[in-house]
Amino acid sequence: MTINKTRENETLTVTIEGRLDTTTAPQLEAELKSSLDDIKKLVFDIKDLEYISSAGLRVLLSAQKVMNKQGNMVVKGANESVMEIFEVTGFVDILNIE
Amino acid sequence: MPRLEIEAKTENLEKVNDFIAEVLIGCPMKLLMQIDLAVEEIFVNIASYAYKDKTGNVSVDCDIKDGLLTMVFEDGGEMFDPLKKTDPDISASAEEREIGGLGIFLTKKLMDEVNYEYKNGKNILTLIKKI
Repeated sequence: MTINKTRENETLTVTIEGRLDTTTAPQLEAELKSSLDDIKKLVFDIKDLEYISSAGLRVLLSAQKVMNKQGNMVVKGANESVMEIFEVTGFVDILNIE
Repeated sequence: MPRLEIEAKTENLEKVNDFIAEVLIGCPMKLLMQIDLAVEEIFVNIASYAYKDKTGNVSVDCDIKDGLLTMVFEDGGEMFDPLKKTDPDISASAEEREIGGLGIFLTKKLMDEVNYEYKNGKNILTLIKKI
């Protein structure tokens, strides 16, 4: 998995490529923990995310909970397989998916 | 049936995925992801809970016959039926959502059949998927 972060004023864009699974999710969690202070808008660009498991969903849910308190969060570019996981788990209703 | 026997620890997830992928060569990406996901959820569950603080092995058998993929996970850890876990409320809001509990739920949703039995001191979990 590769994570790229771009900050512009109070907007943070996090690009995730590859696999977000049990072994890589802690890495994303740590990256977010250290960079969400003062952020009003969090954008996840996941067009090159190939795979997500429940460990990855947990990190997205935690981020959503944080952002509900301090601004908003958008998830964009999900491929068909990742989208199916969002649908099956009801994440389509709790995440702002573009 | 091709079989992999491996120590039940999260670090071995990739080896389990590789083993299953070899059986599934030529399988469409979307299907492969669904299967990978079920394998991850089950394997990580066993690695995290079956042996508590001790270590132990898990065996994975994987085969395709008549368009059905069968995967069998066996461990000698504590008796535990993951299918008894209550499904999470998927209509709850982000605030009400608990962090966790989605793995087994996803596995049940993505596989056509999931069965558990405890036999001869072993937890045996069988996953079946039409492919």
